[in-house]
Amino acid sequence: MTATSPPSPTSLPSPLPRPADELARLEAAWTPPTGWKLLTAVNNTYIGIFYIATAFVFFIAAGILALLMRIQLAVPENTFLDQGTYNQMFTMHGTVMMFLFAVPVVEAIGVLLLPNMLGARDLPFPRLSAYAFWAYLIGGVVFFGSLFFGNAPDGGWFMNPPLTSYRYSPGANADWWLLGIGFIEISAIAGAIEIIVGILRTRAPGMSLDKLPIYAWAMLVFAFMIVFAFPAVILATMLLELERAFHWPFFIAELGGDALLWQHLFWFFGHPEVYIIFLPAAGMVSLIVPTMAQTPLVAYRLIVLALAGTGLLSFGLWVHHMFATGIPPLSLSFFAAASMAVTIPSGIQFFAWIATMATGRVQLKTPALFVLGFLAVFLIGGLTGVMVAVVPFDWQAHDTYFIVAHLHYVLFGGMVFPLFAAFYYWTPFLSRQQLSERLGRWAFGLIFVGFNVAFFPMHITGLAGMPRRVYTYSAGLGWDSLNLVSTVGAFLIAAGVAVFLVDVARNFRLDVTNNAGNVWRAGTLEWLPTGNYSVRSIPLITSREPLWDQPGLAADVEAGRYYLPGTATGRRETLLTSALDAKPQYLLQLPGPGWTPFFAAAGTAAFFLLLTVKLVVPALIGGVVAIVMMLWWMWGSDPGPNHAPVDIGGGITVPVYVTGPASHSWWAMVTLLLVSGMLFGSLVFSYLYLWTVSPRVWPAGGAGIPAPVYPLLAAALLALSSAAIAYASRALRTTVGTGHRGHTMVRISLLAALPLLVAALGVELYGQWQAGLRPTASSYGAVVYMLSALQGQFVLVLLIMGGYTLARSWCGLLDGQRRATFDNTMLLWHYAVAQGLVALLLVHGFPRTFG
Amino acid sequence: MKPHLLLAGVLAPLLLIGACSDLPLVLDPHGSNAQQTARIAWVLFGGGTIIFVLVAMLAAFAVFAPVAGRAWLRHPRFVVGAGIVFPIVALSALLVYTLAVSGELARSRVAAPLRIAVTGEMWWWRVRYLDARGETVLETANEVHIPVGQAVELSLDTADVLHSFWVPSLSGKLDMIPGRVNVLRLTADTPGTYRGQCAEFCGAQHAKMAFHVVASAGPDFDLWLAAQRMPAAAPRTPDPEQGMTLFIAHCATCHTVRGTPAVGRLGPDLTHVGSRLTLAAGTLPNNAGTFAGWIAGSQHIKPENRMPSFDHFSGEQLVALATWLESLR
Repeated sequence: MTATSPPSPTSLPSPLPRPADELARLEAAWTPPTGWKLLTAVNNTYIGIFYIATAFVFFIAAGILALLMRIQLAVPENTFLDQGTYNQMFTMHGTVMMFLFAVPVVEAIGVLLLPNMLGARDLPFPRLSAYAFWAYLIGGVVFFGSLFFGNAPDGGWFMNPPLTSYRYSPGANADWWLLGIGFIEISAIAGAIEIIVGILRTRAPGMSLDKLPIYAWAMLVFAFMIVFAFPAVILATMLLELERAFHWPFFIAELGGDALLWQHLFWFFGHPEVYIIFLPAAGMVSLIVPTMAQTPLVAYRLIVLALAGTGLLSFGLWVHHMFATGIPPLSLSFFAAASMAVTIPSGIQFFAWIATMATGRVQLKTPALFVLGFLAVFLIGGLTGVMVAVVPFDWQAHDTYFIVAHLHYVLFGGMVFPLFAAFYYWTPFLSRQQLSERLGRWAFGLIFVGFNVAFFPMHITGLAGMPRRVYTYSAGLGWDSLNLVSTVGAFLIAAGVAVFLVDVARNFRLDVTNNAGNVWRAGTLEWLPTGNYSVRSIPLITSREPLWDQPGLAADVEAGRYYLPGTATGRRETLLTSALDAKPQYLLQLPGPGWTPFFAAAGTAAFFLLLTVKLVVPALIGGVVAIVMMLWWMWGSDPGPNHAPVDIGGGITVPVYVTGPASHSWWAMVTLLLVSGMLFGSLVFSYLYLWTVSPRVWPAGGAGIPAPVYPLLAAALLALSSAAIAYASRALRTTVGTGHRGHTMVRISLLAALPLLVAALGVELYGQWQAGLRPTASSYGAVVYMLSALQGQFVLVLLIMGGYTLARSWCGLLDGQRRATFDNTMLLWHYAVAQGLVALLLVHGFPRTFG
Repeated sequence: MKPHLLLAGVLAPLLLIGACSDLPLVLDPHGSNAQQTARIAWVLFGGGTIIFVLVAMLAAFAVFAPVAGRAWLRHPRFVVGAGIVFPIVALSALLVYTLAVSGELARSRVAAPLRIAVTGEMWWWRVRYLDARGETVLETANEVHIPVGQAVELSLDTADVLHSFWVPSLSGKLDMIPGRVNVLRLTADTPGTYRGQCAEFCGAQHAKMAFHVVASAGPDFDLWLAAQRMPAAAPRTPDPEQGMTLFIAHCATCHTVRGTPAVGRLGPDLTHVGSRLTLAAGTLPNNAGTFAGWIAGSQHIKPENRMPSFDHFSGEQLVALATWLESLR
């Protein structure tokens, strides 16, 4: 399975001449769909382009909302927008920018560029990317459409209860946010799984971790941050929706709930979220600066440490969004110190970029201009960030226009400027023609000046006493001219964006296979000659900037002299390599275009969006469609060892199918378990936090808790369920081909494990109900039943996966060698059992010990 | 040409500030909390400006200076020095300084402060003066009068959603959270009228939820308090008398005027509403005309507020009501 000997540098893996039909067969396997069949595309290049374009449309839409808001605020006591409309607009501006633009666009650029940059042909799960994109598009468009029905969320992008709970927001507005944005977060997590597995396992041979392009390091940290941060907001969303729909009082003080629980959960996500947005942009800058200066990046290793350090530290800062809530000063000091500390890794990157520019000669083309603009603006944002990390100063600045200024300096400065730099920089990768230098300078000038004119005065406006989220203000408070100037600046930004759009319309001609080429003379692999199949052959890498250090690489790759110069199985393929050293391990057969991701996404969207308007039966139908589509798509995966091991060149032969801990699907599953663990961990936090706030609603020393027989029985059932799955796994190992007795044992074990899992949940629910506990009675009841509700979600998924695995077995598609389906089910099963056991320990052990 | 553009883009807004003659409220403190915060603010702005200028110059140098002169910028040592050592030193110093100030702010506890309870409501402020035992001796709304130089202890809570009490001239803000009472201690240094506004989004009319803190010398404050504690004086002319009758018939469900049968608690206490600076939590100046307009059309002035528009009153009735209410000084 591993290489027999490393290829010598003088002989390339695949000798010339290449077989006559090799390229044609490769192109045939990668033929893209056309016309309306574009809906079936799964190639990362297509999905990446769709994704970026959609995200940019949302940017413009949310930007227009901002312009309308600025018109309303241009003069005091304005009547352009009434309070209801304005409150919906500012909520949507923030929500759309954060959830439908910022994270999607940086993720989309990764989807587009990473495979090429890593020397891979595609991401490891193309249909998952397609599904994530369509879910995002459909969900995002419908969500944005709520504005046109006057039904958009209006409680702020951060949706604080009690304002957003059922009593003060009885309409569907808040539900659009909770159900609409909630399921779009699934897209982000799906993308994160792809990116993690893609970066760690599909790199070109020889691209060891210390040769990984710095942008890929940034995206790796980005993806892990999504895995650890998003579950907190997903849980918070579930809790608030349950409170709204069924009156489970998580956030209602009278019944033992706490508004601050929401804030902790939301900001535990919310703070890493802004670094999730910033790090990919920093990664892009770290590629653009060396190219513009024509010299390698200075202090690469320090930057990698800085990226990881930022990612880690950013999880320890969230309370700085809550400095004014009355939390004790000692805790606040910790978060103040941490908030200051996080500037250090960003500072490292800053000075590394300056050092890099000093080492080379920066060509002041448009990408460099936007990078310089980014440096200036993000620096100011970082400095005001240090200011608001100082608690007493934040007590004045919090929730005022000073913060509006700060957040736009770091977000617009830290992501949008690099984004425009990236557009100008990577257009030659996507288009036959570059964008215009002249129009680019105008766009930059208007955006840079407009941005500072719009947002710098807001520092003063905030210090002058103007709070955030106000639809109007009184005359004569000293805010009038400041607001007018900000409005003028906003329109200057719009003019700059308009110039950019004109540039795109006039010069951008989408054509990846015939792109403008490596006009910037960059060193990374995405600038290799590209087809729909990405690179003709997968290169052997010996440097961080292969195009600079490996002479003739482009020509050799294009001639097919490296690994896998064609298609070994006749299908789309890419190379799976080891995580640390990128040694070839196996061939990953990739799916081609298909309808199932699109319809699965449509069904998922229908489920969540129809629930929002309380059309329950149509929603359930949508959900069923989604599940059926997903099962249909999964049915085509897990092909088993359907082909002999293939020769990829250089004397290396690799299998076409691998199961177990080395397989990409195992890695994806483990990543999903990390997400699940964080989701559960957030709920455990919620339980313990609510206990500290409202011990009065907790059962005192064992009274009102179900008798021990219930949790003991439930635990036993869970353990048995796991045992049955473990037994099935062993039985599976002994089967090869159909008709063996082992298959019967596998099926019986699966059939036994399913009801055991369900029964465990049933016993717990029954026990709580018998003890008289009700989820609507108090926050204690709500959180206890929530633990069961979460477990129930996993049980439901496992019922489907277990049933599906059984079906595979019955159809002869499951055996000791072909077992990826079973392994994925098994991983989730053991996790769900462990989760269930911990939940039982918490619910039945904690009150008895500490009550 | 490019560096000039960059410089212009950053400096132009700075010049704007120069053009503004008055310092913003946060930098023009009149209370001890705000005083200490303003000092920190100036240190932060000064330090931030210096760092910005230095780093910008470094970046400009890296891009534009002749190649030979930039050699010292090319080392990882520079990255470590500027990116790790300098921030650690500067931020540690800043942290120590600010923790010292935070400590001072937290420690400012006085034995017998003036106790006032402020409850955030959608979209106004219920203000109650408390005695040493915590009992209410006076209820008013949207205005907090305090004596200059004396420690005031504000107990902040909310009747409905999150709000935040912020009077920038005197102190930083503190949120009002359901199920909790947050205590804000402040002292006014100079007499004056200081505007405050709700600083936590609380729904439709968050924008029009302002209040005033009026700080006066000790004896003046005592006079004010004594006058406020008196019930409403009986009307002496027919117009306000008719106004009072109308009030008791139509407004008593929600409002209190001590000395009359009106004891409603849903809305603000109006016993001495005529003496207040504004109406509707800072939305309108306080005079008979605006008062009549508010009664007849509050939903047009502050849409979705909890008081319906009483548009069925005749002009004469409105004048009577407004006259009587204005007389409640």
